[in-house]
Amino acid sequence: MKQLFTFVKKEFHHVFRDRKTLLMLFGLPVVQITLFGFALTNEIKNARIVVIDNSKDVASRQLIDKIEASRYFEVEKSVTHLDLENKFKEGKIKLAVLFPENFNQDLLHLNKAQIQVIADASDINTATTLTNYLSAIVLDYQRQLARDATIPLQILPEIRMLYNPELKGEHTFIPGIMAMIMLLVCVMMTSISIVREKELGTMEILLVSPFKPILVILSKFIPYLIISLFNVTSILLLSVYALHLPVQGSLFLLYAESLLFIVTALSIGLLISINAQSQQTAMFGSLMATMLPTLLLSGFMFPIENMPLPLQVISNIVPSKWFFIIVKSIMIKGEGFASIWKETLILAGMTAFFLLVSLKKFKIRLA
Amino acid sequence: MRTIRFLLQKEFRQIFRDKNLLRQMLLAPLIQLMIFPWAANYEVKNINLSVVDHDRSTYSRQLVTKVISSGYFRLNGYSPSYKEAFQLIEHDQADIIIEIPANFEKNLVKENEQKIFLAVNAINGVKALVGSGYLASIVNDYNSEIRMEWHQPGRMPTAPSIEITSSNWFNPLLSYKMFMVPGILAFLVTMIGGMMCSLNIVREKEIGTIEQINVTPIKKYHFILGKLLPFWIMGTFVFTLGLLIARFAYGIIPAGNVGVLYAFLSVYLMAVLGLGLLISTFSNTQQQAMSLSFFFIMIFNLLSGLYTPIESMPEWARTLTALNPLKYFIEVMRMVVLKGSGFHDISHQFLTICIFAVVLNAWAIINYRKTT
Repeated sequence: MKQLFTFVKKEFHHVFRDRKTLLMLFGLPVVQITLFGFALTNEIKNARIVVIDNSKDVASRQLIDKIEASRYFEVEKSVTHLDLENKFKEGKIKLAVLFPENFNQDLLHLNKAQIQVIADASDINTATTLTNYLSAIVLDYQRQLARDATIPLQILPEIRMLYNPELKGEHTFIPGIMAMIMLLVCVMMTSISIVREKELGTMEILLVSPFKPILVILSKFIPYLIISLFNVTSILLLSVYALHLPVQGSLFLLYAESLLFIVTALSIGLLISINAQSQQTAMFGSLMATMLPTLLLSGFMFPIENMPLPLQVISNIVPSKWFFIIVKSIMIKGEGFASIWKETLILAGMTAFFLLVSLKKFKIRLA
Repeated sequence: MRTIRFLLQKEFRQIFRDKNLLRQMLLAPLIQLMIFPWAANYEVKNINLSVVDHDRSTYSRQLVTKVISSGYFRLNGYSPSYKEAFQLIEHDQADIIIEIPANFEKNLVKENEQKIFLAVNAINGVKALVGSGYLASIVNDYNSEIRMEWHQPGRMPTAPSIEITSSNWFNPLLSYKMFMVPGILAFLVTMIGGMMCSLNIVREKEIGTIEQINVTPIKKYHFILGKLLPFWIMGTFVFTLGLLIARFAYGIIPAGNVGVLYAFLSVYLMAVLGLGLLISTFSNTQQQAMSLSFFFIMIFNLLSGLYTPIESMPEWARTLTALNPLKYFIEVMRMVVLKGSGFHDISHQFLTICIFAVVLNAWAIINYRKTT
């Protein structure tokens, strides 16, 4: 026991000596939450658009005034039809609105008029968002015109947004960031620090010592486990105090599940480090095996149900997918263990599998 | 010149000796480019629907049929009460509940107005917004159908309507793959170039072989060039591979001149590799170099406009993106590949990236010391 303690102390020295890495380990969650929480939004303001008015009558002018008044658009009017393509190619404008001749006349006499909207769909997200904004403005104008007419037989949908009435993104990215950070610390850092000892040859020395090899591994795990728990705490604090996203369910349960996931990550890190001969391979392996699947297939950035079937199937073997579901259930829906025991069991099973394989492959002799 | 040739020989030998690493460097981007675009899709479909129909009338049934036949929704079954439907939401088996109140049909006809209730699982805000938007517009459509049934078209008070015909230039089918593949390729090249380069130098530091180089008469810039060129070539190679995948796996043919892309790439790689060098001069262990480059790549990635438009970011974040080389590359990729922009159109981005390349490399060379 005393031996183990000494070794854990040694590992702590290694970790804390390296100030730059440490800064990154504690700084990354903060930076990520700031960016996700405040920089990545889907609301676009002041987009530059072009309006070409071939009709120049009362109705078109009214509608253009309305477009100009909205905070979404910054209107440019001095562009002609012919310049349009070049303007798009330079990337200076995102959308163009074209009024045909006789806009008002059509509206008054035929009760129906057309406008054309051209969007730069090389950025799909911007294109659809801006088109939607514009449609809403036009619809609003239409309602103004129709104010007097009463419309019969109306079905009025009343929409209630559950769990997240303000439609904030925090609810999906906080669990995702938690998973990412834990994987970063526990898989990447752990595997690299083990392989580093292999590369430098100090592992050899540890293994010939009377100290049990299993304890060598254990002492590698402990510092990263503690750092991860610390990160969980800081992410939760940030989410509660900076983003005002409280933990609905049991805090104890959340920590217990996080601990389970940390152990999962550590066992993956161990498995990678056993197979890798150089730090670069270990790093690449962890990137490919954990970070990217988490980013892509855990449901954190992109909804799983939209993916083609093979990817949906593959997503089931990504541990972070299950952790993501667990954290979402506890933090946002406030559910208890009863509704997440299945996911917990899957995660525990994966952990046991990784640990067994690693221990089986772990050799006392190098090379 | 001869010195550099020898250095290059050494570097390439080292790169090709580590078959594992080489495989990863080449295969990793390929696999990612094959998988990533399939996963990165914000299109919302297959929304699970649970229906609570208290009315059980012709109209309520027609409405549900119309919603299902739109193709966006999947009927998850009828629930007898809202409470039971809500449980489906709690277990992630339903995304939206439609509750149709009793006497829906009767009230609609008699009182000219009737509400229906939609409860949306809004944990994923984007999906909730888009899904409920679809649903509302389908209900609206159904509403006009009923109206047509009851009133002859000419006789009902009509409101003037403005029709919007929208066309999407440069990507008319709004294909997410067209949109994502060029961006992802830019990101992959950045990752491979920046990370590998910084790790490589720090590895020499860690093992101690850098000392051996330092005691030779090799000039600082010789050493730096010797490190830059191999990765520059690797980066260009990976990029070419990526363009081929885009061409043959996704059918994306650059609308613009490929030469413009390569011209930009050649300077861009210098900038990214310069950043890698700079990181390596600041770190002593590979772990450090990796953490630092990971830190930057993460920020670059999120602030690049790959996922969410730059225009939608707040002022301070938009200012930050000006310092993000990846942002310029993704912009140029999308401009040239999708819009067919020429060199003239991207000249602003090109100049900016030139400045990046010069500043980062100069800084790295100044910061690299042959003596400790």
